[in-house]
Amino acid sequence: MTRNDIPGEAADEATEQVAEQAADQVADQVADEAANSVRGPAAPDTPDTPAGAGALPRVPGRRRRRVGGIVADAALIGYFVLALFPIAWMVILSLKPANELFSTYFSFTPTLDSYRTVLGAGQDQGVPFVRFFLNSLVVSLGAVGLSLVIGLPAAYAAARWRFRGSENLMFTLLSFRFAPELTVIIPLFVLYQQLGLFDTYVGMIWVLQLVTLPLIVWIMRSYFSDLSPELEQAALLDGYTRKQAFFRVALPLVKPGIAAVSLLAFIFAWNNFVFPLILTSSEAQTVTVGALSFLGGDRPKYNLTAAAALVSVVPPLLLALTIQRYLVRGLSFGAVKS
Amino acid sequence: MSSLRETGHGAASREEGKRAARRVSRRRRSLRPYLLIVPALLLTGGILYPFGLGLYYTVFDFAASTPQPDVVGLENYRRIFGQSAFWESARVTVLYAVGAAAVETVLGVGVALLLFRSTRVGRVLEKILILPLMIAPVIAAIMWKLMLQPSVGVINHLLEPFGLGGVQWTDTPAGALLTSIAVDAWVYTPFVAILALAGLRSLPTSPFEAAAVDGAGWWFTFRRLTLPMLWPYVLVAVIFRFMDSLKVFDIIYALTEGGPGDSTVVLQIRAYLEAIRFQRYSFGISYTIVLWAVVYLAAMVLVRYLGRIQTRAAEVRR
Repeated sequence: MTRNDIPGEAADEATEQVAEQAADQVADQVADEAANSVRGPAAPDTPDTPAGAGALPRVPGRRRRRVGGIVADAALIGYFVLALFPIAWMVILSLKPANELFSTYFSFTPTLDSYRTVLGAGQDQGVPFVRFFLNSLVVSLGAVGLSLVIGLPAAYAAARWRFRGSENLMFTLLSFRFAPELTVIIPLFVLYQQLGLFDTYVGMIWVLQLVTLPLIVWIMRSYFSDLSPELEQAALLDGYTRKQAFFRVALPLVKPGIAAVSLLAFIFAWNNFVFPLILTSSEAQTVTVGALSFLGGDRPKYNLTAAAALVSVVPPLLLALTIQRYLVRGLSFGAVKS
Repeated sequence: MSSLRETGHGAASREEGKRAARRVSRRRRSLRPYLLIVPALLLTGGILYPFGLGLYYTVFDFAASTPQPDVVGLENYRRIFGQSAFWESARVTVLYAVGAAAVETVLGVGVALLLFRSTRVGRVLEKILILPLMIAPVIAAIMWKLMLQPSVGVINHLLEPFGLGGVQWTDTPAGALLTSIAVDAWVYTPFVAILALAGLRSLPTSPFEAAAVDGAGWWFTFRRLTLPMLWPYVLVAVIFRFMDSLKVFDIIYALTEGGPGDSTVVLQIRAYLEAIRFQRYSFGISYTIVLWAVVYLAAMVLVRYLGRIQTRAAEVRR
């Protein structure tokens, strides 16, 4: 990998190397997990891999080890309590009736009123939240779909051919990841006003590519690279055209990768805040911006805000839980392969 | 291949045809990647165009209040660097980025080390490690904002028994900055932890076995073996977090809106206020260009450092 924009070819090679190792590791981890489940759960204080023994070497004396194990487990649980508490608290807050919001903290009669207001009678509150939710769905799916159509061939080309400017192009794509969003959004704001793209689906989908396309190209490139070129060559010998080889051989083989990266891209598009904040006002506004609307006004509606926040995180959280394993792979790729 | 069949009259012409076919296929082979990549290229152009446009705007005094913008050259940039507000924003931005990256690194590596022991507890918790990362940062900030309300928030309610009831989390300059860093850490610590965990799992085992045989203590092993070998992996995560934090927007916007006063007006918030709220487009865009340059420079320095570290790590391993 040579990237002219950033000095130090060694850096790039080293990065790639680390990335490959990280990828292997993720695969190993999956294998490990499978092995562990066969072997049965290990005792809580016994590291069950040789590597585990290395990072936390045995402290002499069984009691000290057990105490250490308990302390470590406690620290871990402590961290996770902190990490999960906000989500749990939002659930509690969203179930509280409006008149008990600030009075008693842990004893209350749960009600679904907040959800009813947010999802059903939202219009009465002046916040068409359902519409924002559907908008998010449309623009996120649109951005991911378009990015796949455009990104998959580009990723394939980048994986299969070394051509003039390929590395520079790839790096340019990635460098958007590090550009401050406003550098592009503010000119786009002016441009969109002139072109009539402001507050439209097309405008949002177009700008969300900035998030989804680099992700899809970079991750899918590594999936295509992992695929042996001989598979397509064999198909070519069998009389397939290049196009057929791509669609009938390469593409089906990377399907799991496509699924994972699409979901990851969807989550990033869904979670984006700056683009809809500046480039939409009401028609194409998304949930991330919409969730803030309940905080405004002279009396902030905490229970509604909590319900809105929870509704808006349902899609990403559900996706994350279903494809948890692939997401980790995708995240480490996205990070390390750059 | 079909062109070869069509030109097949006699030996000489067959040879010629083959050569022609090869030429065609070679040309096609060299063109194809470009054709495949053209759509992505167009899209890239679609982004580069507004960037260029923005750069162009910065030489004008283009604002809602100036219907007839004049060319002012580099006046916008001169004004930015002459403004104490800019330097204050730059200071806050750097404090935020360094603070967030530091907290996330320490916590993330810690969590990774704990998860790496791979106990029953750890294996269950590892599955949900990713959850905060899947929540939009702005939503996370909203959640924390609700919990940190001074008089009615749950955090102060829980702290009351310890005599810490009425903490004004985001009402003092230092408090607002520290609180936003904490929210950033809540969202992104899992990111560092995931990469560190992947790194830990890829470390060679023999040095650790040797250390264990020699009876090395936990701290010694961690400081002399684990950390130096893990650092190249963690550094990638640190760089990502540092550069992302330099351009933080959503967490601050939802949590403090830059307040109290100007205490948490990081550079992207300042650019937003100038360009969108006060509609001084050229001036606001100039701010983002300056931030872009800062991020780019930081990237160059950090990636060079990363390269050095990784080469060294590779040598050590050999």
